[in-house]
Amino acid sequence: MSPIHYVALSVILFVIGGVGVLVRRNAIVIFMCIELMLNACNLAFVAFATMHGNLDGQVIAFFVMVVAAAEVVVGLAILMAIYRARRSASVDDANLLKY
Amino acid sequence: MRHVLAAGTNTDVIARETIFWILAVASVGAALAMILVRRAVHCAMMLAVVMLSLATMYAMQGAPFLAFVQIIVYTGAVLMLFLFVLMLIGISTADSIVETIKGQRLAAGLAAIGLLVILILGIGHAAIGPAAPQTAANGTNNLSEIARLIFTTYVFPFEVTGALLITAALGAMVLAHRERAAPKPTQRDLAARRLASGQLAPDPPPGVYALHDAADRPALLPDGTTSDLSVSPVLSQREVIEAPPAVRPQVETPAITAESGEREPAPSGQMGRADS
Repeated sequence: MSPIHYVALSVILFVIGGVGVLVRRNAIVIFMCIELMLNACNLAFVAFATMHGNLDGQVIAFFVMVVAAAEVVVGLAILMAIYRARRSASVDDANLLKY
Repeated sequence: MRHVLAAGTNTDVIARETIFWILAVASVGAALAMILVRRAVHCAMMLAVVMLSLATMYAMQGAPFLAFVQIIVYTGAVLMLFLFVLMLIGISTADSIVETIKGQRLAAGLAAIGLLVILILGIGHAAIGPAAPQTAANGTNNLSEIARLIFTTYVFPFEVTGALLITAALGAMVLAHRERAAPKPTQRDLAARRLASGQLAPDPPPGVYALHDAADRPALLPDGTTSDLSVSPVLSQREVIEAPPAVRPQVETPAITAESGEREPAPSGQMGRADS
């Protein structure tokens, strides 16, 4: 398979993840869609590494995974704190800064 | 030293194309289902499908290390963390389907189409050549080559990553920590509170005097009424509870025996199988 196929698939997955972030209201589901976008980026990195025949893209994808793991930990802890304070996981309920 | 899926023969190419198209359709379908399904748990399952498909694609592209990291770290750890938090907060919260901003879905769809067009045009203009011939770095030497890169070229980002992970762990601890607003109640305080509440006995467990011994059936109190205290609030929010009759009717007695008669053959059948 040519790398262009993998890049096209990663573009489609990225866009779907972006739509999920825009339309879903549950904060955890939004978080999952962000993970989907990160995964799509990783697929593009690996495809480019295959295209160039070196491993730099794979190392970058590895770093993306590590950073995503750290991001998930902090993000879910923030969600827990918000839920504890407001009893809701919906992004519509956290609107105190709305003007 | 050749990779298992290295493109050498014609059948290898056909197998790779077949696997790619199956996985591509599965992952795009699962991703679409992710933004369409109502329940967050189903969403997580669909995300698992996408992640496993991507792991297989990494393996096909000569990245076995990333494939296993994807399965172990993403599907194993990150997704389980999502499910844990979902069990803590997401299950009992109702998913709202109201569109709070008017025309938001339409705008999101238009923005998505625009982004898709821009990205497709971008990669269409980019010179994305064919795959370079797979070397030993994509096969058996993949792990050692990645380790060499991480500990030589990328050693400083790697160390920064360590600092990031420690910071994230500390941040999660700080965020999940709750300061006690009032002093911890002692056993004497608890006893006084219980005496003041008027209910000395513990809450009735579900199904004790009820017709069915299941967790979703509220207990029948001695006076024949049901007790809502005996059922978990999660179950009542998911509306799986069938309201039982307020007073135990006499005609229900054969129903119990009929149901126990239905249940009895199962263990006896098991024993029969065990004997044979």
